[in-house]
Amino acid sequence: MSITVENISKSYGAFRALKGVSLEVPDARITALLGPSGSGKTTLLRIIAGLEAPDEGSGPIRFHQEDVAGRRVQERRVGFVFQHYALFKHMTVFENVAFGLRVRPKHERPERAVIDRKVHDLLQLVQLDGMAHRYPSQLSGGQRQRVALARALAVEPRVLLLDEPFGALDARVRKQLRVWLRRLHDEIAITSLFVTHDQDEALEVADRVVVMNEGRIEQAGSPEEVFHDPATEFVMNFLGHVNVFDGRIEDGKVTFASVQVEHPDAAHLHAGPTRVFIRPHELSLHLLPRSDSLPARVTGIHAAGPAVRLTLATEAGLVFSADVSQDVYRSLKVAVGGRFWVQPRDLRVFPGIADQTRD
Amino acid sequence: MRWPRRRHSVLPGFGLTLGFAVVYLSLVALIPMAALFLRSRGLGWGGFWETVTTPRVLAACRLSFGAALIAATINAVFGFVVAWTLTRYRFFGRRLVDALIDLPFALPTAVSGIALTTIYAPTGWLGRALEPLGIKAVFSPLGVVIALTFIGLPFVVRTLQPALEDLEVEVEEAAASLGARRRQTFRRVILPAVAPALLTGFALAFARALGEYGSVVFISGNLPGKTEIAPLLIVTQLEQYDYEGATAIAVLLLVVSFVMLLVINALQRWSGGRHARGA
Repeated sequence: MSITVENISKSYGAFRALKGVSLEVPDARITALLGPSGSGKTTLLRIIAGLEAPDEGSGPIRFHQEDVAGRRVQERRVGFVFQHYALFKHMTVFENVAFGLRVRPKHERPERAVIDRKVHDLLQLVQLDGMAHRYPSQLSGGQRQRVALARALAVEPRVLLLDEPFGALDARVRKQLRVWLRRLHDEIAITSLFVTHDQDEALEVADRVVVMNEGRIEQAGSPEEVFHDPATEFVMNFLGHVNVFDGRIEDGKVTFASVQVEHPDAAHLHAGPTRVFIRPHELSLHLLPRSDSLPARVTGIHAAGPAVRLTLATEAGLVFSADVSQDVYRSLKVAVGGRFWVQPRDLRVFPGIADQTRD
Repeated sequence: MRWPRRRHSVLPGFGLTLGFAVVYLSLVALIPMAALFLRSRGLGWGGFWETVTTPRVLAACRLSFGAALIAATINAVFGFVVAWTLTRYRFFGRRLVDALIDLPFALPTAVSGIALTTIYAPTGWLGRALEPLGIKAVFSPLGVVIALTFIGLPFVVRTLQPALEDLEVEVEEAAASLGARRRQTFRRVILPAVAPALLTGFALAFARALGEYGSVVFISGNLPGKTEIAPLLIVTQLEQYDYEGATAIAVLLLVVSFVMLLVINALQRWSGGRHARGA
């Protein structure tokens, strides 16, 4: 079931958490709401769930075709998973999962045997079948979050909403759990929307990533799109490490730190100062001078990883980083103090304020 | 090895602390209570039975236990509301209200008794409103309940507050997202979570109410067989140099309240132990 929201705003006093957000969440896919804290992503999720009401004048919230904006959370049939699990501590795992079925009005409540079977099926699905009679305090963080997920799924929600579901877990468990969640989703294919501030998590788990900043959506697209083709400076900065240089655009060329390169993006932009974005892996090291390269000295080496991250500095004191493969690192005999010519293989410039207002 | 220790602790050894605890408890509580039992033994079993089954003693005990139970129940309900308001909402004057809760603790009980009698008397502010309705608040069992409710309130509020603060709002939201109505959320989620604390508060308020003397004697009027509470009866016996009679009533009170506290404790263990450890 797809989710569509239009023109959603939310203010807390003078603070505007959401500024007229419109969003479409595709059916049966995982979508990530990615952004720094305070970007409004959790607020948006809670408004979709019905845990929070949008400001007056906000548009509809549709599940498929049905507008649920006037419905209370109990009637929206959403599965909500909280960052800190929010399990019922005085109930066993079994009772937690069965809760949503047991609180149904009498004529809708399934029979005891049906509930039993359903809960056990769900516990099997989240691989906790042997834990039915334990209490939440006897489980690890990862297990608790899986109970929370089974509990949310028990009511057969139309959409699954997850608020930083791995946020409270340690790094290793978090990685395991997100692989597991991806596989689980491939099995049950429910429309899922999850909030995260971790870009790796969003890019790895989601089919679609929505990047938010300061109450607005910066970009929505597939993980490849937002990573390789960021629409704004914010997205470029937020997704992965990036070097930022002050430069200029003149005659369709980009100039920064003694280098001038032609770039298709620059051709249709106004002449003037700009910022140049280059990812560390888009830089190559050369021993001999080249016209499109800048001379720099190695000041730091971090070699413990699949690639080697070098910190470099120019004569003028410009500091940036470059990733090279372990092979290149060895063949060039890179050492601290070594001088190289650094060539940008690719770079990005974004329309300045002047260009944006003109459009 | 000179100091074979399993666990390091900041307090000196288990032996010393246990010894201290036992001696302290004995001096403060156990020995005086044992003396009570010894003293009442002078009556013999028959004499004891005869003393505690006189209509006056029975009526006093009935009133004491009954009024204490009613007062503790009232406090459990309304103390819950007060504690809920104080923990869940931020409003102007919250700290002041919070501080006022402790007033019944701090006030000398005789002062509370006089104050309560003054406002609930037929000429007092509240008594005047109750009089036309045919409700007699002073010199009646109702007066006893009023006084005991007053002094018991802080026990319930203060034991519930930490439990309610521990209760995350998210848990309620989770229940709502699963389709639970407010009433269901309260009955199935909130109440079981705070039940151990509520029972503790109830037990403390009850125990305090049972032993209360100062605030009650003014408002109750102390009519033998009608509004005379057991602690007052003990004092009356003492004033008549009937030490055996006084201790006999005391022993009865002690035994009954001990049994009740045991029951409440068991209830608490049952409701709290379920999510603490081991199913």
